[in-house]
Amino acid sequence: MAEMLSGGDMLIRALQDEGVEYIFGYPGGAALHIYDAIFRQQKVEHILVRHEQAATHMADGFARATGRTGVVLVTSGPGATNAITGIATAYMDSIPMVIISGQVESDLIGTDAFQETDMVGVSRPVVKHSFMVKKTADIPAVIKKAFHIASTGRPGPVVVDVPKNTTDPTVFAEYVYPTSVKMRSYNPAQRGNGRQIRKAVDALLNAQRPVIYAGGGVIQANASEILRKLVRSLRCPVTNTLMALGAYPATDELCLGMLGMHGTYEANMVMHETDLILAVGARFDDRVTNNPKKFAQDAQIIHIDVDPASISKIIDVDIPIVGNAKLVLEDMSRAIDSALLELSEEVRASQVERMNKWWLQINQWRGEHGLNHALQADAAKSILPQLAIQTLYKVTNGEAYVTSDVGQHQMFAAQYYHFDEPRRWINSGGLGTMGFGLPAAMGVQMAFPEKHVACVTGEGSFMMNMQELSTCLQYGLPIKIINLNNQALGMIKQWQDMQYGGRHSQSSYSDSLPDFKTLVEAFGHVGFKVTSAQDLEPTMQRAFSPEFKNKLVFVDVWVDPNEHVYPMAIKGGSMRDMILSRSTSAEES
Amino acid sequence: MRRIIAVLLENEAGALSRVVGLFAQRNYNIESLTVAPTEDQTLSRLTITTRGDARTVEQITKQLHKLVEVVKVMDLCEGAHIERELMLVKVKACDATRQEVKRTADIFRGQIVDVTEDKYTVQLVGPSEKLDAFIKALGNMTILEVVRSGVSGVGRGDRVLSV
Repeated sequence: MAEMLSGGDMLIRALQDEGVEYIFGYPGGAALHIYDAIFRQQKVEHILVRHEQAATHMADGFARATGRTGVVLVTSGPGATNAITGIATAYMDSIPMVIISGQVESDLIGTDAFQETDMVGVSRPVVKHSFMVKKTADIPAVIKKAFHIASTGRPGPVVVDVPKNTTDPTVFAEYVYPTSVKMRSYNPAQRGNGRQIRKAVDALLNAQRPVIYAGGGVIQANASEILRKLVRSLRCPVTNTLMALGAYPATDELCLGMLGMHGTYEANMVMHETDLILAVGARFDDRVTNNPKKFAQDAQIIHIDVDPASISKIIDVDIPIVGNAKLVLEDMSRAIDSALLELSEEVRASQVERMNKWWLQINQWRGEHGLNHALQADAAKSILPQLAIQTLYKVTNGEAYVTSDVGQHQMFAAQYYHFDEPRRWINSGGLGTMGFGLPAAMGVQMAFPEKHVACVTGEGSFMMNMQELSTCLQYGLPIKIINLNNQALGMIKQWQDMQYGGRHSQSSYSDSLPDFKTLVEAFGHVGFKVTSAQDLEPTMQRAFSPEFKNKLVFVDVWVDPNEHVYPMAIKGGSMRDMILSRSTSAEES
Repeated sequence: MRRIIAVLLENEAGALSRVVGLFAQRNYNIESLTVAPTEDQTLSRLTITTRGDARTVEQITKQLHKLVEVVKVMDLCEGAHIERELMLVKVKACDATRQEVKRTADIFRGQIVDVTEDKYTVQLVGPSEKLDAFIKALGNMTILEVVRSGVSGVGRGDRVLSV
């Protein structure tokens, strides 16, 4: 006979059976039966945060770094609404996450009961799907479905709202965890259409100036390996989106770096001049394409995506391929290999010639306006934020997991830290959530206790979730926080400089900043303040040294408050239209 | 461009709100919406009329498909189809206009389903255009109430939307 369990025990048992190691959460009245069930078992560890938003970002960071589904547990009402920002963050970046929210008792729903919020309703626009548990016996099947939906197809967050009466410790039901899920209305795409793939291969082999535009879907589908193989067999240039840094190794010569609003000159020029774009798991975001009407006018476009709704949403696609990026690229790579074998010497030679010509042009662009990755520390000047990232890269041998917040520091990190592996760069790309960096780093550190985890942040973003320094102490998370402190909301200021005549409306608080060193020390951590470029490298060396192996270290780097992020796309233009430096920026003269 | 989209939806609490929410969230327009369970009680059938250019309509069908509870979607306007709408019109019908209302209803094959001394309620079924035409035909007669069901539609012949 099947085991009889209470709803609370069922829920936790289901998480155990799902292989969950960590739940990130915060207790409250409606979730207390569940919390009691957590107390009475050892397999699933609960991480107690200080604010529910941080719980969602922790689970998110964990999910991005590991590829496994992040799990969050919050209570009803404010617990649930506090989680919304983190759920929306995960939704925009397609991160697998299951959020369990306590709910008031079924009989009280709709009565404006204490701490009641319509969580299914409030979260609806920012979840992949949601469930409300109707009765105790449904719990195992609902949890199974939630994990299945969150992690398959285009991943995303799934909310499970659990009325308190369904977890009542005195009400028991049969517990059997389902081994499989069958839903007639949910069948995510797998293999791509063979004929479309052949068409795409044909187009790739005949292109004069091809480019591969790799998006976050490559990382989600664990398709980095096969992407590398395919790229190298064609010697085709690759550009990674902000979400895909590391999908193709940044230090590889075929890599053009990031594209888009703050992408490299060469990546954006290639996107403008190309005659064939192979987009893989990317969604032609407005921060990439600039003006869609002027986007890559000469290009034929192949688009591989697991979500058909992403195809031809912004830009009309010539060869759509719906499927899992890894499976499609595998099929494509095989087709390319056999096609290359069949080519005559002559055709092959002319193809090599074409690519050589294309690379000659690309390298010229790179030489003209590529980013300078050999910045020198100059003690006489204020610290360039780019130098801080370059130093971080050097000190960590490019091997750290790097999370970031949102703003200039995020762009500098994306430009100057070269990611050679997927899942190492963790940032809120779609929603652009300030306050993401620290809790995300905590989730990564939970997953990889022995690895270096750096959180690149700015003082503005950091202060949005700094209460989590307390959580870091509780769980001994030795994160290294690199705070690019420009005493202002840098990206806001940059836009105000460039588009609002330098009127810095509400973007500065320089006279009321805390002393971060003292602040982190009060939380029981280690703090350094760096104001001179010559101290930058030694301080970072020390922060990452064995001396602080088990300590959280906060490096407060006072950077040049007037630095802007370049290149920057010119609004309304094509991808070729970029401001490259202050001196080329007409608006600022 | 006016489109009629038919949707088979899991007949579950909250499923309809996801469909309606999707339209609001993505700035799609709903001209009419009808919904009721099918012969299979686990499924609801929706008919949505909307307007948009080709890209928008393609996005609407794709986004609808993405909803986990949506089982099938069909753009009825992609092929031959039948659309019907039911309308109840309460009209002032006294003295001279009483005959006029009756005659107009007859011409449109409407039925008078409720009668009082000075009012008729006319029931009319047909494509939306016919219903519009009837209202126009009533001209300067006094319309007291118009209730329209919204469009229900089905593909002609072999075009079948089922699981």
